[in-house]
Amino acid sequence: MLHWSLNDTWAAGGQIAGKDEKMLEVRELECVRGDHRLFKDLNFTLRPGELLYLRGKNGSGKTSLLRTICGLTTPAGGEVLWKGENIRSLRDEFNRGLTFLGHLNGIKGELNALENLQVASALSGEKVPENQIHDALQQIGLKGREDLPTKVLSQGQKRRVALARLLISKTTLWVLDEPFTALDVHAVELLKGLITRHLTSGGMVILTTHQHVAIDTGVLKEIDLSAA
Amino acid sequence: MSDSSLLLASRTMLARDFTLAMRRKADVLTTLFFFLIVVSLFPLGVGPEMETLRQIAPGVIWVAALLASMLSLGRLFSDDYQDGTLEQIMLEPQPLSLLVLSKVLAHWLLSGLPLVVFSPLLGMQLGLDGEAIVLLLITLLLGTPALSLIGAVGAALTLGLRGGGVLISLLVLPLYIPILIFGAGAVESQNAGLGAQAHLSILGAFLMLTLVFAPVSAAVALRISMD
Repeated sequence: MLHWSLNDTWAAGGQIAGKDEKMLEVRELECVRGDHRLFKDLNFTLRPGELLYLRGKNGSGKTSLLRTICGLTTPAGGEVLWKGENIRSLRDEFNRGLTFLGHLNGIKGELNALENLQVASALSGEKVPENQIHDALQQIGLKGREDLPTKVLSQGQKRRVALARLLISKTTLWVLDEPFTALDVHAVELLKGLITRHLTSGGMVILTTHQHVAIDTGVLKEIDLSAA
Repeated sequence: MSDSSLLLASRTMLARDFTLAMRRKADVLTTLFFFLIVVSLFPLGVGPEMETLRQIAPGVIWVAALLASMLSLGRLFSDDYQDGTLEQIMLEPQPLSLLVLSKVLAHWLLSGLPLVVFSPLLGMQLGLDGEAIVLLLITLLLGTPALSLIGAVGAALTLGLRGGGVLISLLVLPLYIPILIFGAGAVESQNAGLGAQAHLSILGAFLMLTLVFAPVSAAVALRISMD
């Protein structure tokens, strides 16, 4: 039987943009994989400017929790609310505010970085101008690699293409599953900067990581899904 | 959400699948060559008796088209599933059924339409006359999109399962039977002097029905498979 503990809130930085409104609320969430219960009675809320770290051993249910929050997995019990309503009943609206980066990069190997980002932005219903995508690719350190099919890129570079989505997205909630894997020191710094900027402008981030990453903007929350 | 963002998303999905297929032409060509070879095998197996071939031609071409369109079904969602793009597609702020419809349309244009285009050639090879060839073309034009649509539901249901390819066949082939019967039966009925109107109407009805229900069912099936 697994427990979770909420080492709640140490406020830092303190420059939280805007409202005190609960955007994301998780109520009595229960997750079962196979016949193994990963966690139950999980509650937390997320407001603009807040960052939630999910910690836990391998197999403690971090990815399952993230997928449940995104609405990819149906919870065994409880619910996930977005602006007070269950995400299942307003999926399109919830998705409009969400960027999810999973274990898989979600990019097409046959397409180049530029095309991948163009497709990603157009599928979300909004075309991002090409120069903006070029800027994003430059920022993320892929300049000169835009025209290569992403299947010839290295793991870290593929991860960077996926991360470039964060740069062109206008979503408020970022759900990042192990975003720092395969990244070099430089890219880790870059991503930290991105997350910090997102938080200060009133965004929300949920992420899992095994590394210690110091981000000291906004309100940090932490949930440990490991067995006590 | 505006109409234009829906349109943009579905157009992008279609263009994306098209580009991907163009960069991996072998997949598209395999389906077509399979179709051509299977039909060409029949004169070798059955014998070059023109009258026999003419009689079995519609059925042979239809069964071959059915099997060929099934060949590429397995990849309809599984490539996207493996590289994580399917997850992203499911998290888009657009109705999933619409994006599925775009994918199915791309699938049909790439693996169904080429079969339709080449069917007159095979019809001639098997000794069909001009009128019968035109009719066969129309039945395939109405029937193959329905095959792709039904197949999408099967592909979504078997996504991520081991041996999914075989499973799709077991799941989908029985559902193809009505389309096969009316598709292949049209030419026969025409030859018997009964006219093919009824057959074509029923094929059209199948197409409409699958057009409405298949994308929605496939979307639901995808959500279940990804759960």
